[in-house]
Amino acid sequence: MKQTISVLVENQAGVLNRITGLFSRRAFNIDSLAVGVTDDPTISRITIIVDNGNNMVEQVEKQLNKLVEVIKVRTLEENSLIGRELMILKVSANNKTRQDIMTICSIYGAKVADISPTSMTLELSDTPDRLDTFQTMMRPFSILEVVRTGVIAVQKGGGKI
Amino acid sequence: MKMTGAQALIEGLLREGVDHIFGYAGATICPVADVLRETPQIGYTLVRTEQNAGHMASGYARVTGKTGVCMVTSGPGATNLITGIATAYMDSIPMVAVTGQVPSHLLGRDIFQEVDITGAVAPFSKHSYLVKDAQEIPRIVKEAFHIASTGRPGPVLIDIPIDIQQQEVETPVFPEEVNIRGYKPSIRGNELQIKRVAEAISRAKQPLICAGGGVWLAHARDELLALAERNAIPVVKTMMGISVLPTDHPLNLGMIGAHGNRCANQALAKADLLIMVGTRAADRAMVDPEDIANRMATIHIDVDPAEIGKNLIAAIPLVGDVKVILQQLLEREIKAPDSAAWLERLREYRKAELDRVFPAREGFVFPGTFLRKLGGKLAEDAVVCVDVGQNQLFACKYLPQKQGRLLTSGGLGTMGYSLPAAIGVKVAQPDKQTVVICGDGSFQMSMNELAAVKAADLDLKIIVFRNNVLGLVHQIQNSPAYHGPFGVALDGSPDFETVAAAYGIPSIAVNCEDEVDAAIDQILGAEGSVLAIVNVHPDVTTND
Repeated sequence: MKQTISVLVENQAGVLNRITGLFSRRAFNIDSLAVGVTDDPTISRITIIVDNGNNMVEQVEKQLNKLVEVIKVRTLEENSLIGRELMILKVSANNKTRQDIMTICSIYGAKVADISPTSMTLELSDTPDRLDTFQTMMRPFSILEVVRTGVIAVQKGGGKI
Repeated sequence: MKMTGAQALIEGLLREGVDHIFGYAGATICPVADVLRETPQIGYTLVRTEQNAGHMASGYARVTGKTGVCMVTSGPGATNLITGIATAYMDSIPMVAVTGQVPSHLLGRDIFQEVDITGAVAPFSKHSYLVKDAQEIPRIVKEAFHIASTGRPGPVLIDIPIDIQQQEVETPVFPEEVNIRGYKPSIRGNELQIKRVAEAISRAKQPLICAGGGVWLAHARDELLALAERNAIPVVKTMMGISVLPTDHPLNLGMIGAHGNRCANQALAKADLLIMVGTRAADRAMVDPEDIANRMATIHIDVDPAEIGKNLIAAIPLVGDVKVILQQLLEREIKAPDSAAWLERLREYRKAELDRVFPAREGFVFPGTFLRKLGGKLAEDAVVCVDVGQNQLFACKYLPQKQGRLLTSGGLGTMGYSLPAAIGVKVAQPDKQTVVICGDGSFQMSMNELAAVKAADLDLKIIVFRNNVLGLVHQIQNSPAYHGPFGVALDGSPDFETVAAAYGIPSIAVNCEDEVDAAIDQILGAEGSVLAIVNVHPDVTTND
């Protein structure tokens, strides 16, 4: 089962190294990991998607908490979080296919970031599931490259971690 | 007052009460060595290989309860120390390791004796620092000792580039307190859980305490004994907790586990309540923790929340300082469980184990026989440092414990631990009777430290069980899983008596069981260090 763990850490060199090292050493599987600084420049927030058993997630949380630079760890409940991922997808396009691609883009709310005679570069921010289906829809047009950021997430409502 | 980074480091160490460093000098740590020259308050032991600096600091830390300190140079000095750090990590020993590093502006260029030591030790250190500005040294030293010694103790590494050691700090500020927002170990146990524990104890018919190394680390031996005695609860121990109870204590049942005492395992098999105190239910102690959790009520008391539910999912988890939690429990009125019948049964198991007759072979000494006699003659508070392998399993099973300590590398199982650990013990407590027990394999891993013994004129009683083979591996290779021994014969071993003589240390050969009593008297009665070589048959196994 996939779970979303949000981690507040000291914004210092080497912290990410410690966290990824912990995952490999303890044989925890990471699906995705996204990191960025918070409103407080001394703190970064890492969103980690793990795919493990329930007991494992508890161990992940506890082991993360043991790291001195980790300030707070919280597993976000699946139905009470806002999770988004950004995808940039470059697809082959020509005069015949461009309109079809545009139609799919408008259904998903994807934006055209760049265009050339032979390609289109599309950007879409949404849930990972929606990104997956968008990617599937683009496949017949021949995808040139895809880059995804990994999910970032916050909990719904007024609470914070 | 102006200070260099090196001076700030030593000032910080002095403020933490450091009185001894185990180390090996090298180019990148010379600025600190230069300050140590002028610091008579801090003693220094030169090891013969850096790994042993870690083990000595470990032995020192375990008997004093203080944080042990070791210091080595960059590159190979640092990498050699790695096993010492990992050994301390696995046994949760408070330690601060200081490493020299190449100049900070050359970091990452792979220059002479450069290695990324903070990166290398990340998986088995509690924390580490790479110092980029000498201004931060006072704070880092304060934090390092705090982190190493609180919560679940462990090794912390401070890596200091040579230019930072030389950097001048205008007005160094030595903080009185530590405030790390991501590091706040739990101390008191949750009252509701304490109440549940008390109730579970009262309800039990066949309760059992399992004491681990955490009892020592929390200095909670007296509290553990009080809880056991007041409620008539028998006690089994893991290897790390082995000496918390004297062997002749009526509630003592010995060590559990694959290599443990039969009576301890029988108790664990039949208990209806298991109270785990400062133990992580490691594989060697509890072969099938899930089965234990299914068969009986379980209480798990530990300072590290990550240990709760890692190996065993206890019905009642209780996180906090073991000493504080035991005190909380002792403050409560607990109706002592009705365990008379249970204790009676266990006494029979225990008696059978203690009366066990050891096999004898003409012309050889059985380790159990030697250890049983040795234990009887040791000082009440003797410290015994035990190595890894058959010697360790025999000592943990059969060496009678009194009020002293048994120190061994239980977690990582690092061969060569016993002699350097004993040196650390002796440096800290010169008057304490200190004994080393090792095999001829493990002795050869650190016998170069006889130089450190000689240099400081330490009084160590070193017992080498010589069977000319790596006994435990030999035993495993002779099991049905394999086809026979390979690479375990210790061919080419030196004559250990000559080795001892070369260091100016007298030795005694113990060739057969008739000689054991007199030899032990001679060893323990001697002035200064003695090396005893005990002749053991290579086919002896720990199951004999």
